[in-house]
Amino acid sequence: MSVPIYVPVDSAALALGADEVASAIAGEAQKRGIAIRLVRNGSRGMFWLEPLVEVETQQGRIAYGPVGPGDVKGLFDAGFESGGSHDLSLGPTEEIPYLKKQERLTFARVGIIDPLSLEDYLACAGYQGLRRAVSLSPAGIVQEITESGLRGRGGAAFPTGIKWNTVLQAEADRKYVVCNADEGDSGTFADRMLMEGDPYSLIEGMTIAALAVGATQGYIYVRSEYPHAVATLNRAISIAKDAGYLGSDILGSGKSFELEVRKAAGAYVCGEETAMLESIEGKRGIVRAKPPLPALYGLFGKPTAINNVISLATVPVIMARGAEFYRHYGMGRSRGTLPFQLAGNIKRGGLVEKAFGVTLREMLYDFGGGTASGLPVRAVQVGGPLGSYLPDSQWDVAMDYEEYSAIFAVLGHGGIVVHDETADLARLARYAMDFCAIESCGKCTPCRIGSVRGVEVMDRIIAGERNQIGLLRELCDTMLYGSMCAMGGMTPYPVLSALNHFPEDFGVAGERHA
Amino acid sequence: MKVSADRIADLAARHGEKPGALLPLLHAIQDEMGHIPPSAAGIIAKALNLSSAEVRGVISFYHHFRTEPSSSPRVEICCAESCQSMGSEALLAHARKTCEVHPVYCLGLCAVSPAMMVDGKPHARVTPEKFDSVMKKAAS
Ligand SMILES: Cc1cc2nc3c(=O)[nH]c(=O)nc-3n(C[C@H](O)[C@H](O)[C@H](O)COP(=O)(O)O)c2cc1C
Ligand code: SF4
Ligand code: FES
Repeated sequence: MSVPIYVPVDSAALALGADEVASAIAGEAQKRGIAIRLVRNGSRGMFWLEPLVEVETQQGRIAYGPVGPGDVKGLFDAGFESGGSHDLSLGPTEEIPYLKKQERLTFARVGIIDPLSLEDYLACAGYQGLRRAVSLSPAGIVQEITESGLRGRGGAAFPTGIKWNTVLQAEADRKYVVCNADEGDSGTFADRMLMEGDPYSLIEGMTIAALAVGATQGYIYVRSEYPHAVATLNRAISIAKDAGYLGSDILGSGKSFELEVRKAAGAYVCGEETAMLESIEGKRGIVRAKPPLPALYGLFGKPTAINNVISLATVPVIMARGAEFYRHYGMGRSRGTLPFQLAGNIKRGGLVEKAFGVTLREMLYDFGGGTASGLPVRAVQVGGPLGSYLPDSQWDVAMDYEEYSAIFAVLGHGGIVVHDETADLARLARYAMDFCAIESCGKCTPCRIGSVRGVEVMDRIIAGERNQIGLLRELCDTMLYGSMCAMGGMTPYPVLSALNHFPEDFGVAGERHA
Repeated sequence: MKVSADRIADLAARHGEKPGALLPLLHAIQDEMGHIPPSAAGIIAKALNLSSAEVRGVISFYHHFRTEPSSSPRVEICCAESCQSMGSEALLAHARKTCEVHPVYCLGLCAVSPAMMVDGKPHARVTPEKFDSVMKKAAS
């Protein structure tokens, strides 16, 4: 019997040398005449331990990490292929506290299975959701998703069931499902990990969405910075199609659904849903005026359900285990779990899927272990480049959409970027304006001109002109209330939160605002 | 020149049938030729029934598309917030001493910042020393 040994193919693991480790293991095993079966899994999301190598033993999977190619000989000397102990031993993977304390529903299979093995997927509850969905009416599927309380994980947190219902009710000869995999927010990588580590869950979720709204064609719009995700999805789609999970007559339902990956081209604003539609249509990614809603007048003018990767990949578990099971997690109107991403200056960066209601302080310390630099944490940006900077006094607020909104902050796509005490919040505020100026689609003045002015004003503030603060606030007001989309409309979140909570960096100590 | 014009026309014929064919076609051209030659706009416009101005407008809108050959190897360093918090500014300054660098905004490697791509291959926790050794390997 050959021993299964797991070495991740996740991009972050590759970036830390996972391929070199995999070939060293294969070479050493051959030299020693030990029969192994090398499996390239997704990542468990504990990136400070990557490359994390796991061995299947009678006691379950045993982890070793971080493993470098130079450690491989020693691991074999220690008999790691049968779970032998070594300096890099981490014990049973599932017992590592970082993983054990999580509630993995959307990420249940990521890091465990071979991403492209349909057999693995089916063995871990894969396609149970679709099986149930084909036995229901479209309205029945929509009702289940509505009752689960699932809200969009791409940023805006709009209830998914309500959106699907609008598309379902629309009369049209053709409808679409589009997956937004543009994941441009700094500090986020959940979409990437899921697409690289469990692509069938996204494909299954989109197929269920298609049955629910009556769509026959789907697109996954993936950012060009994610070549590995694109390759994995393309292979998974072709395997799923050969097995009858895509194409015509899905699972004997008589319904058909085709799926295609479309590669984006490096424009942050194309993550905005209407700009994304323009881009898929082959145009410049300029934001469309709403109404009409894309649910009614979307891709090529047809009703279109647009959802984020995580929203869609969560659909199968909801359908398989029921709305009640899912909504049992979370708090208030934030039901279920959110895959948080711990990034930046953090000791234990990675993916932490938890029910809503956890606090940032738990994330930073219980999971993250403080900063990577060892210096105190100073500011934490939650929710991507359009999210607020949170000071220590706000780290005990429950991570819930409404609680965050009450403190002028957002959860967004769940990205958490940690800065230590060397951070200069005025420079980060300037960066936020600059990013907006670079990425603005140019359609409306508050964003296009406002952001350029914002950079100038920030330059003057940084040069010591304190009388510019009033102007900065006015500019932020104009952008907040006058922009057509959240690009210009939310750039004031990082800027104003930095100014209000860290005024000393703007040369105005003592003028703290709420 | 002639060869690439024929090849672009070929690719245009191959992708032209798709709804919204322009981006897939531009990707195909750049993936194969390393950039989108200036002569391409006219050929694409004809094949897809668009105006050359429209095609050029699309090419210039997207940061990913380039109309000139890239430096080799192509070095892209992430300059977004997470990588900034781990010293990407110093890395950028160091890298620019020896080669041309293209700033990018997030590679999805933010838990192992700072990050970069060299000819499409991801590298994480890139210190100036690691940068030098990656570049040395890329050159050999
Ligand atoms: C500037 C900007 C960038 C955005 N980027 C993304 C993105 O990368 N991924 C995403 O899913 N949603 C993004 N959104 C939100 C989308 O417009 C949209 O709300 C979302 O895709 C809907 O899916 P959901 O309901 O499942 O979240 C962005 C919005 C704006 C204004
Ligand atoms: S806010 Fe900015 S990105 Fe959004 S529509 Fe206006 S100009 Fe375009
Ligand atoms: S911010 Fe640099 S990889 Fe995400």
